[in-house]
Amino acid sequence: MITEALVLSAFLFVLGTFGVLVRRNAIIMFLCIELQLNAVNLSFVAFSRIHGMDGQIFVFFVMTVAAAEAAVGLAIIISIFRHYETVNVNNFKLLRW
Amino acid sequence: MITVLFYVFAAIAVGGALGVVMSKSPVGSLLSMVATLGSMAAIFVLLEAHFLAAIQIIVYAGAIMVLFLFVIMLLNLGHDYQKDLEGGVLALASFATVGAMAGFLSIQLRGAGLAEDGPGGAAIDAAMAEHGVVGAIAEPLYTTYVVPFEITGILLLVAIVGALVLAKKNPA
Repeated sequence: MITEALVLSAFLFVLGTFGVLVRRNAIIMFLCIELQLNAVNLSFVAFSRIHGMDGQIFVFFVMTVAAAEAAVGLAIIISIFRHYETVNVNNFKLLRW
Repeated sequence: MITVLFYVFAAIAVGGALGVVMSKSPVGSLLSMVATLGSMAAIFVLLEAHFLAAIQIIVYAGAIMVLFLFVIMLLNLGHDYQKDLEGGVLALASFATVGAMAGFLSIQLRGAGLAEDGPGGAAIDAAMAEHGVVGAIAEPLYTTYVVPFEITGILLLVAIVGALVLAKKNPA
């Protein structure tokens, strides 16, 4: 059960990474980052079956940080949208070279 | 029985994750993400993390996903069906890279030969029997981890203020 959960967590993390790499919609990239965080949560819970309750407490903190990050990130997306009228990251090229 | 349930929910989770990555409409991605989060909560229950499963549903599927949906509706992106997958070579290269990563990871984990249920599992079950499902996680949270817990409160306060400042209309 632990091994299967870790393999599932690896697959979900990789799918999230793939999404961040290929999608250009800022909101969906953000959603894929949440997917990665969730995959890590799953492996923390799986490892808590081996190492004790600390893993579950880490998941609690990861969820809190994810909530804070979602609030701030979506606020940034809103303020960028006000400026550029789009959320496609290809159009944000001020700091690109 | 538990193994069968695990595979069912794992299939839903991977299918939902594929939906998040592949769906053209942002709302479709979001609903797939809710399916993934729900089945992850079920897997948490199978791994005896009942409190985290409840938190996963309430905070993630309830609050964070609604916040995403709210932003999509606010910016009127629900009809944004344009194909935004980065086409051609880059997509293939990244898919090959992440596929290889997943393959290596699963081979590595299969080879590691982890125990079915380690000493931590027994300790968690004992704590749950003594303090209850919530008490088992609350006891170390308010003793060993009380400083990080308080810092988390400060982090949330900063996040609220930061989100308000960033999203407010700039008069200048």
